[in-house]
Amino acid sequence: MSSTSPRPTFFKATMAIVQKDLVAELRSRELLSAMLVFSMLVILIFNFALELDIKVRQSVTAGVLWTTFAFAGTLGLNRSMAVEKDRGCMDGLLLAPVDRAAIFFGKAISNLAFMLIVEAIVLPLYALLYNEVRIFQPAFLGVVFLGSIGYIAVGTLLSAMSVQTRTRDVLLPILLFPVAIPVLLASVKASSGLLNNATFAEILTPLNLLIVYDVIFIAVAFMVFDFVVEE
Amino acid sequence: MIEVKQLVKRFGLKTILRGVDFSVEPGEFVALLGPNGSGKTTFLRILASLSRPSMGSVKVAGYSLPNESAQVRAKLGVVSHMPLLYPDLTAEENLQFYARMYGIPNYQARITEVLEMVGLENRRKDLVRTFSRGMQQRLAIGRAVIHDPEVMLFDEPYTGLDQDASEMLDDVLRTVAAKGRTVVMTSHDLARAEDLATRFDILSRGVIAASARQKDLQKTNLLAFYKQSINGNQ
Repeated sequence: MSSTSPRPTFFKATMAIVQKDLVAELRSRELLSAMLVFSMLVILIFNFALELDIKVRQSVTAGVLWTTFAFAGTLGLNRSMAVEKDRGCMDGLLLAPVDRAAIFFGKAISNLAFMLIVEAIVLPLYALLYNEVRIFQPAFLGVVFLGSIGYIAVGTLLSAMSVQTRTRDVLLPILLFPVAIPVLLASVKASSGLLNNATFAEILTPLNLLIVYDVIFIAVAFMVFDFVVEE
Repeated sequence: MIEVKQLVKRFGLKTILRGVDFSVEPGEFVALLGPNGSGKTTFLRILASLSRPSMGSVKVAGYSLPNESAQVRAKLGVVSHMPLLYPDLTAEENLQFYARMYGIPNYQARITEVLEMVGLENRRKDLVRTFSRGMQQRLAIGRAVIHDPEVMLFDEPYTGLDQDASEMLDDVLRTVAAKGRTVVMTSHDLARAEDLATRFDILSRGVIAASARQKDLQKTNLLAFYKQSINGNQ
C-alpha cells in the first residue's frame, strides 16, 4: 500500500470526466441522437406552423432557435446525469479525492460540447428551411455560445439535484426554466437585435446581462455543487 | 484505522444511526451484519464521505470527516452492489478513467496488474456492458483498488451473484485483504462473512448491538451469535 496517496489536479480530473463522457457518447450516441431528433422535429413543426410570410419568419427566428436549444438542452442534461446515477457512477465520481467542483466543471464542459454539436447541426438546417443565412454572422454565433454556457451552467447544477429524485424527467424542466429565464431572455433579445440589424449600443444591454448571468451561474454552481451532491 | 464515536445520522425526522461507537485496527477484516433497515449502508456511506454525519465524530486513516474528506477518499476503496462502472467504456478505459481521477502516475502498468488480479486481463478491450454480473463485480473491485487504498469498504458485494461468481469474488476478496488492508464489509451472507472476516459486529436499530472476534466464536457459530444479538436488542 502507498503511504502517500497521489491526488489529481483540478484540471486533470475535469479533463478526465470530459474525455470519458465524449468517448462513451461517441460509442452509444444515445444523448446526441435524442437531442438532434428532437431539435429537428421542433424546427420542422415551426416550419409548417408559421406563415410563409418572410417578415414573420425573420421576426421569430431568435425565439424558435432558443426554444429548440432550451428543450433539446434539457433532454441532454437529464440523460447526461442519469448515466451517472443509474449505475452508481455518481458515487464513483464523488469518491475520487478531488475538489467536487471539478466534477461539476467536467460534466458542464461535456454537456456544453453536446449542446454545441447539436447547435452546429441545427443552425444550417434552420438556414436551409427558413432561408435565413444571417444566423451565420460571427456575432450571432457568439451570442449562441454565451447563451449556451449560461444555460448549461445552471442546468448541470439543477440536473445534479433532480437526478436524485424519482421524478427527475419532470422535475428538471420545472426547476430549470424559471431559473434560466434571464439567460434565455437575454439570449433572445441579443440574437433578435443582431438579426434585425440593431446597433451595437442597442444589443449591449442584453449582451452584458448574458455575460453577467454566465459569470453568476458558474460562480454559484462552483460554490454549491458540493452541498447539492452530498446526502 | 477507523474510529467512530457517538455517530448519529438523521434523515428529516427519521433517525437511522443512534450513537454508533465503532473502531477498526489496521489489517482487521470486520463483517458488519444486521437486518434490512438497520443502517449498515448509511453507516458505510458516512465512512466513505458520501453522506454527512448529523452528530458524532468519524476518523478514517487519521483524517476527520467531513472536514478532511478528500484526504480520506484518497485512502479509501469502496465496492457496493452497484458496479460504479460505465457500460459504454471498455474494462481498460474504465480503469484508466478512475486512475486519472485518483491522480495515479504511469497508470498503465497498474491497470494490467489489477486486471490480472481480478482475472479479466483477456477481456480488457471489451465493453463493460458485455460483461456478466460477476465479471462486473470483479472489475468493480479492480476499480476500487486501482489507487492501492489502505481501507476497503464493501457494501453487500455478493448481491445478485450466482454461486460460481460468489466463489470467484471470495478469492478476490481474500487477495485484497491479504495485502494488509483494513476491510469493513456488510453482508447478509453469514457463511461467507464467517469464512472471510476476523471480527463480526452486529448493527441493529441504529447501534452496534454486539461484537465478537472470529477466534471467540469457535464453540458457538455465527448464526447463533447473530440471532442472539438481534433478539437481545429488541
